[in-house]
Amino acid sequence: MKAPRVSNWFGRAAMAAPVDIETAALRSDRFRLEREGDWTRLEDILKRMEGGSLRRVSDEDLLALPALYRTAASSLSVARETSLDAATLRYLESLVQRAWFQVYGPRQGLFAWLRGFLLGGWSRAVREIWLDICIALAVMVAGTIVGWLLVAQDREWYYALVPSQFTDSRVPGATREQLLESLATKDDAGGLSIFAASLFSNNAGVAILAFALGFAFGIPSLMLLMHNMAVLGAMMWLFAGQGLELEFAAWLSVHGTTELFAILLAGAAGMHIGRSMAFPGDRTIMAAAAESGRRGAMVMTGVVLMMVVAAILEAFPRQLVGGTPDRLLIGATFLALWIAYFFAYRPAQTEGQP
Amino acid sequence: MSNPTKARRGRIMVTPEGISLPITIGTRGARVGALLLDFTFLYLGMIAILLIFVLLLGSLFSTVLDGLEEQVSGVAEFFIVVIILFAFMARYAYFLSMEMGPRGATWGKRIVGLRVAARDGGRLTAEAVIARNLIRDIELFLPLAFILSASGGDGGNAGLAAAIWFAIFLGFPLLNKDALRAGDLIAGTWVVEAPRTKLADVMSTQGAASGTSGVTGTTYEFGEQELSIYGEHELQTLERLLRNDNDDALISVHQTICRKIGWAPGAGDERAFLEAFYSQLRARLEADMRFGKRKKNKFS
Repeated sequence: MKAPRVSNWFGRAAMAAPVDIETAALRSDRFRLEREGDWTRLEDILKRMEGGSLRRVSDEDLLALPALYRTAASSLSVARETSLDAATLRYLESLVQRAWFQVYGPRQGLFAWLRGFLLGGWSRAVREIWLDICIALAVMVAGTIVGWLLVAQDREWYYALVPSQFTDSRVPGATREQLLESLATKDDAGGLSIFAASLFSNNAGVAILAFALGFAFGIPSLMLLMHNMAVLGAMMWLFAGQGLELEFAAWLSVHGTTELFAILLAGAAGMHIGRSMAFPGDRTIMAAAAESGRRGAMVMTGVVLMMVVAAILEAFPRQLVGGTPDRLLIGATFLALWIAYFFAYRPAQTEGQP
Repeated sequence: MSNPTKARRGRIMVTPEGISLPITIGTRGARVGALLLDFTFLYLGMIAILLIFVLLLGSLFSTVLDGLEEQVSGVAEFFIVVIILFAFMARYAYFLSMEMGPRGATWGKRIVGLRVAARDGGRLTAEAVIARNLIRDIELFLPLAFILSASGGDGGNAGLAAAIWFAIFLGFPLLNKDALRAGDLIAGTWVVEAPRTKLADVMSTQGAASGTSGVTGTTYEFGEQELSIYGEHELQTLERLLRNDNDDALISVHQTICRKIGWAPGAGDERAFLEAFYSQLRARLEADMRFGKRKKNKFS
């Protein structure tokens, strides 16, 4: 049967010469020959859909897809009980599997998803993890206070807490002028290098870490948030010692409201996963992890976007805007925008949107 | 499933219609290969796009490069920011748009014959695809960075602890039997082989399936005794042999079967003999099957 046949050389059309069903000696082969047409039609539709050209699939074929899928699936069930033709069984299994992937495949492309994400999906996911956000917020506030108190008691803590990249002139004992200098706009530093550095270094790293560490039931996430906010608390103590707390807050708030919000969300998302794995309820741990993971991923996609916004803010407005009231205004505006977007913006959920 | 390692990777997935489908988990090696391919494509693509930029905006680009050391002009600065953002987003856009597409696989996965599927047999959602791709950074790039820095002794004990923690992430696919990485676990997905099997020819309409040889005109008729020796496993092995059509194999199998059923093996008409034997054995086994009687192999 493997002898070369001329029809092979003329492609599909020439090959499709129908076999007379009655010539098949076996009942199971007759079963197959009777249904073969549907299978090849299904395979043809699948091939076009997998080619990514949904437009080349006619409406008629698209409507027929679920029915053809069920036909093939039921053929498979029958064939498993009546046929010993291994090649046909394997073909049917792969055909049903491919059809299943199409019938139950992702329903929307990246851009459709992105639209749904920005128009409600993101803020919905954030609202769904409100409890974790509250916990993370409490931990962050506590971390700031702890950092402040530690340094206020013993200034050696300052060197232990604050990473060396910040301890240029900003050390205990620095004069008011030195500290003010560090808050001023810098003309020499290009906004560009700051943008690149801030996007890929410290803060994005902290956010991703806070999310990643959530797997260990959220405890490392909390410790990380605590530690980072303790650094902030220590630096606040330093500036407050010279009566510069408002200037420091303004300097920080330009991008800080966005960035700290993003870190808060990342920590909360990580903790959400950890918490649902620790207390899965009546689901399996795997199912609980998958469910909370999808929600966490939505939040984290947003965190990445927020990090980009924060990097732009840090690179440009913070270096260009020098006045304390202006800086505070920018920071407060962004904070208000984020809060309004997450908690006040509640569009109705449309079918199929995230 | 003749191959034992393949059998170990076999899983049964139940579709919402209640049909159980056998699927095969992708090997870890294939997945690493797919990832390397994907990154090769990505970097080649980025280099190509950058080259196009350079060709189109050559003068602007040289200003930008000059300006890197000194003060950069506003336009050029904006341009570089766009490039940085582009590089940052390109990776996600590539993986996400590909895996959300109808093939559920990136080019690398397509080449090695893999695709992403939902573990519970339900729909593969966009969120799941995003979750598994976001985690890739955490489990692949961060661990490498941390392990490198920890081996340098920078972070002290905390750095070492972090390195161990991330090494667990990196080694996660080796630690479970479904080869899930942490991203798959979180997203509720797994990576399976995407088979594309062609519909093979019908066995019983050709050759000597009816019993009569086209070469010698002999009619082969096997009795109850001869057909009761073999079971389904042998039948399907014979099917594979007939489909592969290797003359040497056919001759040796022909001799084995003749010896087993007590016939004197002839020569020259092996294929017709085996085709007749195949279709009669299959008719018998399938008839038994309809009455709920199955014979797995020659020992049962």
